[in-house]
Amino acid sequence: MPDHIVKAYDQELETLGQKIAEMGGIAEKMLSDAMDALADSDVKLAQATINSDPRLDVLQREIEERAIMAIARRQPLAVDLREIIATIRISNDLERVGDLAKNIAKRTIKIAADIRIPRAIIGLRTMHDSAAMLLKDVLDAYSQRDAERAHGVWIYDADLDALEDSVFRDLLTFMMEDPRNITFCAHLLFCSKNIERIGDHATNIAETVIYLVTGEIPPIDRPKGQTLLSDATATAE
Amino acid sequence: MTEVQAMTQDQKNQEAIEMIAPVILTANDQEADAPRPDDRVEGEPATAPAATSPRPDVVVATPAKTALRPAALPPEKVSVRNLDFYYGESRALKGVSLPLYANKVTSFIGPSGCGKSTLLRVLNRMYDLYPKQRAEGEILLDGKNILSADQDVNLLRARVGMVFQKPTPFPMSIYDNIAFGIRLYEKVNRADLDERVETALKSAALWGEVKDKLKASGLSLSGGQQQRLCIARTVAIHPEVILLDEPCSALDPISTAKIEELIDELKEKYTIAIVTHNMQQAARVSDYTAFMYLGELLEFDTTAQMFTSPKQKQTQNYITGRFG
Repeated sequence: MPDHIVKAYDQELETLGQKIAEMGGIAEKMLSDAMDALADSDVKLAQATINSDPRLDVLQREIEERAIMAIARRQPLAVDLREIIATIRISNDLERVGDLAKNIAKRTIKIAADIRIPRAIIGLRTMHDSAAMLLKDVLDAYSQRDAERAHGVWIYDADLDALEDSVFRDLLTFMMEDPRNITFCAHLLFCSKNIERIGDHATNIAETVIYLVTGEIPPIDRPKGQTLLSDATATAE
Repeated sequence: MTEVQAMTQDQKNQEAIEMIAPVILTANDQEADAPRPDDRVEGEPATAPAATSPRPDVVVATPAKTALRPAALPPEKVSVRNLDFYYGESRALKGVSLPLYANKVTSFIGPSGCGKSTLLRVLNRMYDLYPKQRAEGEILLDGKNILSADQDVNLLRARVGMVFQKPTPFPMSIYDNIAFGIRLYEKVNRADLDERVETALKSAALWGEVKDKLKASGLSLSGGQQQRLCIARTVAIHPEVILLDEPCSALDPISTAKIEELIDELKEKYTIAIVTHNMQQAARVSDYTAFMYLGELLEFDTTAQMFTSPKQKQTQNYITGRFG
């Protein structure tokens, strides 16, 4: 796409994009650190994860302010308008991803001293890997303005929902086996919910990227039960 | 490109003549018991079929799926069909086809010299005033071709009114500025005339500001008031279509806002076409937008669609302020 006649306008949009990329990097790292901290009962890493959250909040605020200024000064239209709206929305989603990862880290600190069933965490690791992949894919889709790739994320999120379901069943079983597991497993339930929500945020970002690139807003109903994995779960029920 | 630029200069030179031309023309024909605008058949349905472009690459709005486009298209008041326009040898409009939907505002945008003002001038045959300028194709007003030789041009200009870029009040009182046009077309008694003037000034949102000084010169008003006076003058003779050629380019933001509010109200009764260089204004006031470039219609769609996701690259580059 050719440059704007007003060069400062291009710089403003570029800066917004860079801030999103920075937020994306921090959110990805927070998610993987939170998972590692949980898996290894690493309280120090969990604390570091918590400590990096304020930076995300600051960036989100900054993006919002810059976007508002750009709207006020440039009266953006068409792709520029979509671009600026996208940065506002994506920064919101990434800020929430940070909060959810932080929450996992907080729970890790609470249960680190009393890891009762290490294998219970394996399911969470699988969920994390899916969510992390979605997040990475969607951030790449954003930086490359790749609607196709964003659409892939949008479709795949259903699988993460199915995984959460199976983790839920596992944890329930552990709790029924021994009431002393309940506190520990309850924390893990929240962690799995957090990861599932991170997937939702990745899907939100995917929708935003599709809108940014094509100008079309994806349908409200996300695809459910359309992929292999969720089909398998459906059959098992 | 240079051809088009030269043509633009030509247009500018003609501007002054155009401002007074409708008056001269209608005044000359006064004795011929000019047909009154009310003589036309009322309630005639616009039978024109949906807009189709002869050029496959021109995107014309289709009834569609998103909230940005209405499910059904409104009736066409004016249908431009494959219109070519020539200033002497140079071709200023190339195969333009588009609708003006009834009771909707359609804005024409595009860089200088793209033909948008030319198109507006063809819609009420302003070009007839100049030798060597000619239009080919069809413009259907309620299904009837206004470019045909038997079209009464004075009647046409009563049905299709025009407001120019610079406010052009006549050098007479505010009252007479409005009454002048009415007297040309109709015999009305004093009381009725007073009422018509009042109604016109009210519908141009000017009445409150001038009702105590109707005898004052039209030229004593501010720029924004003068422009509303011109709109009142146009509305007074009950046109069906109103053409606005950059009506706000010489006005301050408050006056501009008043004109825009006025456009919103006027479209209840009239079909409106507006040429504007102000992209945000087009986005604010119009229902449909046509993007023109080098004499061609490149894209026509609902304003909502055009200003959020235009289909053509050139449209996008233009409305976002990029080089093409």
